Amino acid sequence: MQKDAVQKDAPSVSLLALYKLFFGVGLFSFGGGLTAWFHREVVLVRGWMTNDEFFSGYSLAQLLPGVNSTNMAVYIGQHVRGAAGSAVALAGLLSGPFFIVIAAAVVYNRLVELPGFTAAMSGIATVAVGMIFRIGMASMKGTVRHWPSMLALIATFVTVGLLQWPLLPVLLTLAPLSIAAAYLRPPEKAPHE
Amino acid sequence: MSDNPLIGLIIVIAPLSLVALGGASAIYAPLQHQAVDVYHWISGREYLELFAIARVTPGPGSMLTTILGWRVAGLAGALVATLALYIPSSALCFVVARVWNRYRGSRWHAAIENGLRPIGAGLMIAGGVMILRVEESGPLAWVMAFAACALLIWRPLLHPMLLIGGGAVVFVALRALIG
Repeated sequence: MQKDAVQKDAPSVSLLALYKLFFGVGLFSFGGGLTAWFHREVVLVRGWMTNDEFFSGYSLAQLLPGVNSTNMAVYIGQHVRGAAGSAVALAGLLSGPFFIVIAAAVVYNRLVELPGFTAAMSGIATVAVGMIFRIGMASMKGTVRHWPSMLALIATFVTVGLLQWPLLPVLLTLAPLSIAAAYLRPPEKAPHE
Repeated sequence: MSDNPLIGLIIVIAPLSLVALGGASAIYAPLQHQAVDVYHWISGREYLELFAIARVTPGPGSMLTTILGWRVAGLAGALVATLALYIPSSALCFVVARVWNRYRGSRWHAAIENGLRPIGAGLMIAGGVMILRVEESGPLAWVMAFAACALLIWRPLLHPMLLIGGGAVVFVALRALIG
């Protein structure tokens, strides 16, 4: 078993390309649209992963402790280049913001007095939400055909998004139910390879 | 409690890395308690300031630990605080991702993947709605978010920088007009 953990069909990606991608995304990752941006670059533009592989990783990133975006970086890095890929992707993602956040802390008081600064930040955040909605819709594909999946989606959204119940008990209740329903679902196509 | 601030940072932050379930918001309260009440690194007001800085700069909001480390022990503190927060959770994620990808194709793997997918989608949309709720811009924020979403449906490969820049410009312009 050579390189057993790395997907056999994953295209060869240089560590430098990986670092550059994550560095670039990290630099402009305002407001939380990161997952959408990763999806664009990794699935749509570069084809390093399929949709299924990407969203499967997203679910893992959510369930595991840690920040979603760093977990996604680790997952994507692992997928294309194994351990080195994970380390490089994580370093790429964090190295830009690391210096920016320190610089911002140093000049913070002058920063907020800049005219339009807070408005610009609000504008960035709302657009990032639009990106999140778009990718949420993309990941819904296939869900609508199965009522237990649709039910799980709506229950998650209502409890976490509208009622603001704590995430952990919600996940621990809904995830096993949804997985059990998916296990019992009759297979409709060959597993994705 | 240790006298060495770097060791103190590791002791406080590294365990939080593994309890940050569902993202960084889980660590803010316990970190505040440790940094303000237990270690007296900063005041409560300063902590809120760090929070605000992390929010308006790129990178995960949890990078407030980076500036906390900076305040406590300069560049070494910033580095140690950042690594302490991201290394444990990343190591765990790496191990799980490895195992996960090895079993691709089995029935239970497909079931977990298909079962988690709608929950992930629900969480994404819930996360977006929560951001819009705390935004103080009201209906405008919702209009902008849906407009960006519609643009991406129309042009899936539209560059995020264009969207982000456009969003910033529109908000600044409208604030200037409306006041």
